[in-house]
Amino acid sequence: MGMTMTQKILAAHAGLDSVTAGQLINAKLDIVLGNDITTPVAVNEFKKAGFEKVFDKDRVAIVLDHFVPNKDIKAAEQSKTCRDFACSHCVSHFYDVGKMGIEHALLPEQGVVTAGDCIIGADSHTCTYGALGAFSTGVGSTDMAAGMATGMAWFKVPSAIKFNLTGTLPKNCSGKDVILTIIGMIGVDGALYKSMEFTGEGAHSLSMDDRLCICNMAIEAGAKNGIFPVDDVTMVYLNGRSERKPVVYEADGDAEYEKTIDIDLSKIVPTVACPHLPENTHPANELGHIKVDQVVIGSCTNGRMEDMEAAYSILRGKKIADGIRCIIIPGTMQILRECVERGWYTAFIDAGAVVSTPTCGPCLGGYMGILAAGERCIATTNRNFVGRMGHVDSEVYLASPHTAAASALTGYITEYKEV
Amino acid sequence: MNTQGKVFKYPDNVDTDVIIPARYLNTPDAKELALHCMEDIDTEFVKKVQTGDVMVAGWNFGCGSSREHAPLVIKTCGTGCVIAKSFARIFYRNAINIGLPIFECEEAAEEINADDEVKVDFDTGVITDITTGKTYKAQPFPEFIQNIIRCGGLLKSLKEGENNV
Repeated sequence: MGMTMTQKILAAHAGLDSVTAGQLINAKLDIVLGNDITTPVAVNEFKKAGFEKVFDKDRVAIVLDHFVPNKDIKAAEQSKTCRDFACSHCVSHFYDVGKMGIEHALLPEQGVVTAGDCIIGADSHTCTYGALGAFSTGVGSTDMAAGMATGMAWFKVPSAIKFNLTGTLPKNCSGKDVILTIIGMIGVDGALYKSMEFTGEGAHSLSMDDRLCICNMAIEAGAKNGIFPVDDVTMVYLNGRSERKPVVYEADGDAEYEKTIDIDLSKIVPTVACPHLPENTHPANELGHIKVDQVVIGSCTNGRMEDMEAAYSILRGKKIADGIRCIIIPGTMQILRECVERGWYTAFIDAGAVVSTPTCGPCLGGYMGILAAGERCIATTNRNFVGRMGHVDSEVYLASPHTAAASALTGYITEYKEV
Repeated sequence: MNTQGKVFKYPDNVDTDVIIPARYLNTPDAKELALHCMEDIDTEFVKKVQTGDVMVAGWNFGCGSSREHAPLVIKTCGTGCVIAKSFARIFYRNAINIGLPIFECEEAAEEINADDEVKVDFDTGVITDITTGKTYKAQPFPEFIQNIIRCGGLLKSLKEGENNV
């Protein structure tokens, strides 16, 4: 029996000719990642267990992104723990303020992760790198500690759901609308323990930023990983960027899938996930008059260049509606710099938005845009759970950068229609 | 090993943001974090929970963030084990890695009521609802995972060279 793309990568990293769904394996890791919230716990476990060295200083990545620049004294202590550990173990991929970005925007951009990799990260959105044709999954801090010490992790080989994509996206839609539509269709545990393998001619029509966004939210359907086949779009993205040579794996023709779901991209509409689950999706134009207090455009889901471009194309020369707080957060320093160079930063300010340095900040209710009781935000982030962005009585609506920017101009949830 | 205590019952899709809200994650200190366990959906939990008590929940318990702080605060509060219809995969992994006993049992999760007195045998997976007199059998863990639990967590099993799949 053939293997899925994910199974092929796992088999190769476990040194096995083949694996089957449900099999327990020990796999070699190419990158082990942590952030300023999960790394301190991992460092503590690493030390407690008596490990003295990381398995490879070039294969550990530590990114300070959740609460930096440090939001308070305790956050500063956590950053310091990460910094001291990275320094004492000569971790080459350590990203501090000035160099940092939101981890899942940063690592692909910097070429730290590449096609064919087997990656674990102590952050649930580590599944993002499947867009590059890698196996990549989120774990906890103890797994991170074990991964840093041994360069290995145990996995239960996942079965898979195949998403056969056809057609091309309408101009007012992006990868975010695709993944929200899918989560609405299969639910927040619709892919629990499984791989989501995206394939078909429609998959090849999607940009790398769209693919990164789609794989990023695979975890929101409960998936172990999301993955795209490697094609010209992937190779153009990786070329000159990837630190290591990309390795291309393809699903076997006779690979077994639990089911196949057909998605016609041309039928996708601007989609919004209403509180308090990402599966609670509705077409933006069917929501009625939902007033918002805040708009957030950024995060590991939608803080990339195409997301900034969508925001710019809608906000330039316009004014954000009275009483609306619009916060734009480019995902990395390189993206921020590009926004400055292209004059987008100025356009955002002129429209009445604020622009922050990269941070996860508001997405997880950390800082930089916390909601009061009764307040409502439309955000390009990934979760709308109870209290996610602040007070337990606040609400988060998840949407694409197009929908979020259009809503910033009107003050209520608005479908973007190209003019 | 076993636990016995009172049941705290929760719905489907209990996410890690309500188990431990991110606004408190500026410290890795489990005791400090445990003061806020479940507070966004149940402000009474921390006040009422006693050592050995049991959480019973629906599908996809622990969905969302990978924060290991979530199973850690549940354990630190004294919770003896969590029974659910299913667990989100990272929470499942984290619970095993840090030594919080968890059991998947759809029938038990459906039928056991809040405030029931429940006993759970970790070795056999037998769940007894002392209040109703009914017993249930949870899915046993694969041998490899039982080994991690026996060693007291992933890192200890690695140190003891017991981590062979």
